[in-house]
Amino acid sequence: MSRPEDNLPPDLFYNDTESHKYTTSSRIQKIQSSMTYRALSLLHLTSPSLILDIGCGSGLSGEILSNSASEGTPGGPHIWIGFDISSSMLGIAIEKEVEGDLMLADAGQGVPFRPGTFDAAISISAIQWLCNAETSEESAAGRLSRFFNGLYASLRRGARAVCQFYPKNEQQKTMVSSAAVRAGFGAGLLEDDPGTKNAKTYLVLTVGGGDLDGDITGVVKGMEGVDVMDQRRRTKDRKRGEETKGSKKWIMRKKEQMERKGKVVKANSKYTGRKRRVAF
Amino acid sequence: MKLLTLNFLTCAVKTCKTSASSFPLHPRDSELEIVEAEINVQFLQNILPRLMWEELGGLVNELGLPSLPPTAPLPSALVESKLQAPESDTTGLNIEKLEVPSQVARDLHRVLLETCIMSGGLVCGNCGHEYKVLEGVANFLLPAHLV
Repeated sequence: MSRPEDNLPPDLFYNDTESHKYTTSSRIQKIQSSMTYRALSLLHLTSPSLILDIGCGSGLSGEILSNSASEGTPGGPHIWIGFDISSSMLGIAIEKEVEGDLMLADAGQGVPFRPGTFDAAISISAIQWLCNAETSEESAAGRLSRFFNGLYASLRRGARAVCQFYPKNEQQKTMVSSAAVRAGFGAGLLEDDPGTKNAKTYLVLTVGGGDLDGDITGVVKGMEGVDVMDQRRRTKDRKRGEETKGSKKWIMRKKEQMERKGKVVKANSKYTGRKRRVAF
Repeated sequence: MKLLTLNFLTCAVKTCKTSASSFPLHPRDSELEIVEAEINVQFLQNILPRLMWEELGGLVNELGLPSLPPTAPLPSALVESKLQAPESDTTGLNIEKLEVPSQVARDLHRVLLETCIMSGGLVCGNCGHEYKVLEGVANFLLPAHLV
């Protein structure tokens, strides 16, 4: 499969013909809308909210956000603000008269909104473009960190963001998610149809302070067909009262064991297993 | 571009991030247009605490629109209950209490979501950088040395 981001930068790749092709293809429309609905279910919005659409393109996902709750958008109708780097794509969005506000901006240059603006953010098939740097002055890591730092600041506490993207390889996947974690997000990757050609990767991000309390796995709680693979390092989850090597309990157990074997063991006293006083 | 968006936008230039005067952006030579939209009271109630009311008032004055009240309305002031008979009922006996958007809510909706800047420029109060607005779309692309 050819990857457009390997050939040209997004503002040049999505020219008038390419944007038109992208927007009118019923196959792409179907994929985009199903991914938008998936992202919306992960966002778990309950009331009309202000949503940021990163890489809104011609507004395929925005149209779904503007739909009312009876038309299948949870919590809708939402008000959205979208930005994209391709002016041709935005031109098509204007022709379609989408309801959201549009801006021409590069996500790799940051997110120019004041802190705590949005209730949620959504991005469909966009952030893989951030992994490419077009000039020697900038780097992919720099673009990703500017984007995630800006996004983190512009979301309100307890908000969520879902970014669907097409990672080129495992390395790119880790690069994106670690950039998000470094910006302060709680991050998790959700994969639909893993291992197939149609694999879709969703980066689910949470800003602390919500009801999740820092546990990203709570986002998919109650969802069907989702397995959680927790790769976080376990912090002290050892049960209380369980013995550690070298503790008094451990020494007593070992002594008993040796006694049973018939070895000569010193009698227990009140000093057994005690720490020696620190002699000066 | 809706005035709602303008109440959240800041200057994108890196050196302006720490400056308080990078918000709000000031419109210059702007052409306004009213784009009708359906009123969404729940959304207004949701967004109300996040609005910077003083800056919104300043913005409205700069654009030469009728000025806003000095303080932000309470979320409860956005709805008013009205006694009305349901449409299907012709006898007029089953009077129900309906929650309808108040005048305050309609005014706020007009200003925030229906008044759009179609063309002109947005100027940062700190660095003076002007972001062009064309066909309602603001251009926030920056040259590399400002990022």
